[in-house]
Amino acid sequence: MTDTAIRAEAPPNVAAASSREAILRRMRGSDAIFHFVTRLAAITVLVVLGGGIAALVFGAWPAMQTFGFGFLTSGSWNPVTEQFGAVAPMYGTIVTAVIAMVVAVPISLMIALFLTDLCPMWLRRPIGIAIELLAGIPSIIYGIWGLFVFAPFLQTTLQPALIDLFGNVPVLSNLFAGPPYGIGVLTAGLILAIMVLPLVTSISRDVFDTVPPVLKEAAYGVGCTTWEVFRYVVLPYTRVGVVGGFMLGLGRALGETMAVTFVIGNAHRISASVLAPGTTISATIANEFTEAVGDLYTSSLILLALILFVITFIVLAISRWLLSRVERRIG
Amino acid sequence: MSETINRYYPGRRRRNIVTTGLAYVATAIGLGWLVIILAVLLWEGFSGLSVAVFTEMTPPPGSDGGLLNPIIGSLIMTALGVLFGTPIGILAGTYMAEYGRHGRLANIVRFINDILLSAPSIVIGLIVYEIVVYPMGHFSAWAGAIALGIIVIPVVVRTTEDMLLLVPNPLREAASALGLPRAYVVRHVCYRAASAGMITGVLLAVARISGETAPLLFTALNNQFWSTDLNSPMASLPVVIFQFALSPYKDWQALAWTGALIITLAVLALSITARALTASGKRS
Repeated sequence: MTDTAIRAEAPPNVAAASSREAILRRMRGSDAIFHFVTRLAAITVLVVLGGGIAALVFGAWPAMQTFGFGFLTSGSWNPVTEQFGAVAPMYGTIVTAVIAMVVAVPISLMIALFLTDLCPMWLRRPIGIAIELLAGIPSIIYGIWGLFVFAPFLQTTLQPALIDLFGNVPVLSNLFAGPPYGIGVLTAGLILAIMVLPLVTSISRDVFDTVPPVLKEAAYGVGCTTWEVFRYVVLPYTRVGVVGGFMLGLGRALGETMAVTFVIGNAHRISASVLAPGTTISATIANEFTEAVGDLYTSSLILLALILFVITFIVLAISRWLLSRVERRIG
Repeated sequence: MSETINRYYPGRRRRNIVTTGLAYVATAIGLGWLVIILAVLLWEGFSGLSVAVFTEMTPPPGSDGGLLNPIIGSLIMTALGVLFGTPIGILAGTYMAEYGRHGRLANIVRFINDILLSAPSIVIGLIVYEIVVYPMGHFSAWAGAIALGIIVIPVVVRTTEDMLLLVPNPLREAASALGLPRAYVVRHVCYRAASAGMITGVLLAVARISGETAPLLFTALNNQFWSTDLNSPMASLPVVIFQFALSPYKDWQALAWTGALIITLAVLALSITARALTASGKRS
């Protein structure tokens, strides 16, 4: 519409002046409409979040009324007697995420160090691209691989080794107790570690790249070794960004569903041993929601989802805040 | 002086060698892991790949079959999800880059959008269950498509905004100096300049949702049979993989691997195309 209006040549008379007026008015109108529509779309993003939280609260209401804050402290999960508590899934969620971060973060930082300081120039782009592509592989792929390849592998190698190694050490023997099932909390944590590895690596690399070359050159100039430059110049300078990337990975690990559901064993109990089967919030929902009978059961699962949403929201919010501080420094 | 250097230097050197060595090892481990996963996937997936996979329905356990209905289901729901999410995402991204910039609303939306970008997808599935499935009374492909659409929005918002911000301001100023209204400048100048990047965003969103399983579990559910009825449950590749992989039947597990291979290849192809697009956009 506007397109033809602009190309039309205005004939030089009074009628033209009024048609010019009309065209301008129409343009102003379409301008205002476009502005309004884009603004509406932006608000839609907020509405999606707000509506989502409202829907979860609404769905979780019966469980909230029945259990109150006891839901957060009760360890029972019994569909028959309709007693539900969030402790076991919350515990599993946190433990698997912690294992994942403990394993993934040091490896990611070292890979990022390799990519920014040690890697030959011609290899940087290919490795960087490979890592970013792998970050995009769907989580169900990690899940199916974990179930059929990784869990049996751990069952015959790492888990018996851990049981033998720590069997007689006082505290650690509880941590690594029990038969090697293959599946379990440790396996789930390790799969998560492999999943968040590309994510944390690519963020760390991006933050390491923000260090001004002058700083590093000055450090090398006074005779620092590569490690000393990394440890005393790069890491302190990028501290905030690294923590931001860590939190983003943590948020992903806390909310991940498919990779975990395959290998965690879905057992509602809290076991001191990381070799035992457990469950996480997301795995519980994925496994039980479609089979849940009764309003209270469904509602309890929705309440679990709400808890998960709140936890990840907080973690991701902190992450965004930290990373935006880094961005502001560059900008 | 030189004695001090001599005293400390070997230790520092050793530490440096050990730690940089660890960096090499870490890279080898990280890449090695991922290579192993892909290798296993190719190995297991290709052995089950045949024409029947693309022409036959999902079988009952113990008989032959393929993945036709979940493949079609995935295509339909992914397409609908993109149709829902892309317009909203592009318009919202336009608002933030062209109108809002650093206004209050744009800042809040940007923050929320970045959080939605990595929000747990299973929660989104439950939200859509509460809003769509529960009132309707039954699972449906519509619900699945809406859940996927909600995941598309933040991805597209983010890339659209980033790409529009890359458009140089003199372009906008030149267009405005000709007397063009703002909306015209945005649609015919900025969109055109940023088109490659914006298409990349959509492709990345497609790659993201084509492997999503969790949001479909309680929305589109699954369907053993051929169905194109959007009002009834519909099969999708990820959900079928989930169900088949956890089953005790060997032939179902083989189909799950093949499905996993198909999804991975599709996702990799999409990401590489998206990457090539931005690369060519940068050069021109």
